[in-house]
Amino acid sequence: MSLLAVSNLAKRYRRGGKPFAAVDDISFEIGPAETLALAGPSGSGKSTIAKLVLRLIEPDAGRIDFEGGDFLALSGAALRTRRARLQMVFQDPLAAFNPRATVARVLDDPLRIYNIASRAERPRRIAALLERVGLDTSLAARAIHEISGGQRQRVAIARAIATRPSLIVLDEAVSALDVSVRGQILELLLDLQRQERIAYLFISHDLGVIRAVAHRVVILDAGRIAESGDARAVIADPQSAVGKALVAATPKLVRTSQDAS
Amino acid sequence: MTVLLSIRDLVIAYRRDGIEVPALKGVSLEVLAGERLAIIGESGSGKSTLALAVAGLLARGARVGGTIGWLLPASAGAKAPLSVLPDISPSRGEIGNSGAGSLLATSKIGEGGDHSVISPLEGEMSGRTERGAKDRQPSALATSQPRLGRDIGFVFQDPSSSLDPVIPIGKQIAEVARTHLDLTWPDAYTKAKTLLERVHLPNPDATLRAYPHQLSGGQKQRVAIAAAIAAAPKLLIADEATSAIDTIVQAEIVALIRRLVAEDGMTLIFISHDIALATTLADRIAVLRHGELVELGEARQIIEAPRHAYTRALLDAHLGLDAKPLLDRQGASA
Amino acid sequence: MSRLHRFFRTPEAIAGALILALLVAMALAAPLLFPGDPQAIAGPALLPPFQDWSLPLGTDRLGRDVLAELFHGARTSLAVGLAAAAAALLIGAAVGTLAGFASGLLDEVLMRVTDAFQTVPSFLLALAFVSIVGPSLGVVVAAIALSAWTGPARVARAEVLSIRERDYVAGARIIGMHPLEIAFREVLPNALPPVLALSSVIVAAAILTEAALSFLGLGDPNRVTWGGMIAEGRTVLRTAPFLSIVPGVALVLTVLGVYLAGEGVVESTAVRRSLS
Repeated sequence: MSLLAVSNLAKRYRRGGKPFAAVDDISFEIGPAETLALAGPSGSGKSTIAKLVLRLIEPDAGRIDFEGGDFLALSGAALRTRRARLQMVFQDPLAAFNPRATVARVLDDPLRIYNIASRAERPRRIAALLERVGLDTSLAARAIHEISGGQRQRVAIARAIATRPSLIVLDEAVSALDVSVRGQILELLLDLQRQERIAYLFISHDLGVIRAVAHRVVILDAGRIAESGDARAVIADPQSAVGKALVAATPKLVRTSQDAS
Repeated sequence: MTVLLSIRDLVIAYRRDGIEVPALKGVSLEVLAGERLAIIGESGSGKSTLALAVAGLLARGARVGGTIGWLLPASAGAKAPLSVLPDISPSRGEIGNSGAGSLLATSKIGEGGDHSVISPLEGEMSGRTERGAKDRQPSALATSQPRLGRDIGFVFQDPSSSLDPVIPIGKQIAEVARTHLDLTWPDAYTKAKTLLERVHLPNPDATLRAYPHQLSGGQKQRVAIAAAIAAAPKLLIADEATSAIDTIVQAEIVALIRRLVAEDGMTLIFISHDIALATTLADRIAVLRHGELVELGEARQIIEAPRHAYTRALLDAHLGLDAKPLLDRQGASA
Repeated sequence: MSRLHRFFRTPEAIAGALILALLVAMALAAPLLFPGDPQAIAGPALLPPFQDWSLPLGTDRLGRDVLAELFHGARTSLAVGLAAAAAALLIGAAVGTLAGFASGLLDEVLMRVTDAFQTVPSFLLALAFVSIVGPSLGVVVAAIALSAWTGPARVARAEVLSIRERDYVAGARIIGMHPLEIAFREVLPNALPPVLALSSVIVAAAILTEAALSFLGLGDPNRVTWGGMIAEGRTVLRTAPFLSIVPGVALVLTVLGVYLAGEGVVESTAVRRSLS
């Protein structure tokens, strides 16, 4: 049974007075502990789908089923309760936190809102979360703007897993990171997936990264699905025009065979 | 190949909250005329600081030491310039090595047969000596500092902030041509239109009258490139010029830069965090880390036989379409 | 570097802070140094300054101590200025935040009301209000606040509109934060700094408006005010100019002090922003 099922999702905006479809008749499913990647050029609707799935914006048509229930039917307190199971990590971790926040406060919020731990117990839970994502517990007292980009993204992941979600939307979550940090964050995400059976909706423009971490990929073009399937198979032999263009445009390191070892 | 630009022991530090933060810690390298040099590094490596220093765009209050020596080849006519240093100017703050002797006192001018070239500078100097240099300059060499726009074209990462939102595209490009090529406005507009055709923007006539917000990110970057090359500069610097746009457009922009550099015989300094992207464009690659140059070599040598461990780490971290998927490793160990 | 340290880096900020400190000291010391009614007769009428050292700044037409009046006047100016500015900022921030959050019809209604207030010259509005309701300290404060809240309202609305779209507000929604908590803990604290930056201008304007109302005889008759003192001195401007000059200079210095200190605060926070 699928964890998230999106069917016939549509969202239209007005641009220069004319309506245009940002997302047009999109359907896909994600199973437990599975990573589904959304790829496509800018303007293909990747981020709009993320926002729709998270109910940050409302669709014009379509259906979203999450954990066996109609996710679009929820509102108010019921929606807020359900959100614990569906989290997100943003591209720019600096913009994703209140500029006045400390690391401790960022992690305290979900624990408090969902009554996951009592006030007295929370500092210990925060320390445990920091350790889980490979950060030193002394970081808790630091302001968000004082720590490095890689550390911030780890804090963002710690916040996302604080409520024990079954699905995390990763919106270009590693795109702004240095390559050396990127590898570590991807390893962390895969480790969490294995340990906690978390599914990811992994949004990225980088086919190299998608190929490394995703099970399946959906390639989007102008709000529609161009093709989808097993991530490695699709990237090895894309059928759609946009899929071919994306593969062709990905920078390649031309290394001789001796380096493959 | 002749040397276009010689950077010696370049030290740059910014002052932040009263504390000096080093950005470059003694970088020396030469840029050859006509080559495509990629400078790569991660955040905090100093790659952008190096680009800004070469263009003379460093922020006020930056402390600068070392030298940037220019050897612009004699181009059409009188303006053939020598010269030292762009803007390590005294007005900008303290300059290191100010006790050192003047450039021309120590450098060999006109070495070999080529009188329009001052060859790699010996010794150190500061920007202060330019006036002194003028006096001692052989008459064949008019002194002139390389000017941004005329001698150096600069393309920034974010075209939305490098283009003026309230001035039509055509005027922004024509302005560069008018300023640096002494053209009249109608001639400058004709030139702007030609440039828009050269960067492959559809419908150049309409684009001349368009404002930046009416274009997509990739189109804006094409406009920024058109403006950068309007005065036919000898050197084009692209500072993360393709980082803010998606993969497909990035490939188009890189192809455009490659073609323009080849057609105009420009020298290219291409700043990037992406080693794979750099290898698709560059003849040579310089790898910066924490403000130091860790490796410099032919692009092929850098990717096939990196000498420095850091370069190797960067190559290993690259996730190409032929890389071993992380997922498999996970599966195998689970 | 601490915020205080940064504030005291510019000479303008230091000058402003000194003037304000002096003003506050005067206001606080007034009842101690000059107990009793400052409007009581203390000596002969129209005594020039520096003649009698028990009355260093002389006396006015009715023989009241000018120095005592000056000190007590500082109390009024400061109290009215601060109270009116606080009220204006409070009303403005509340209306602006509400409009920014609500959007749609409520936003439209609130902003048209703001427009209506802004099109009437603020001093005329205050004047009309006081003449209808009658002069007392509370009414003067209300009148000034009524004419000054529109600026903060517009700034607050614009800030809220921009902050509402930031990632961290989306992030707060995703972790299930209640909309009211998002409004008051995530958005409002980050929307306030630019609104507070208006406070120095509003305080300065409030002090001037109060003085102008008093000058026209629409101030609280039971309190000494600098505007009232200037009006008093006006009738004997040729023979005893000091009666108008002394409170006039005090007024100018106060407004200058408020303004400079406000600039210092804005400057010090601006540096912080650009760094982060």
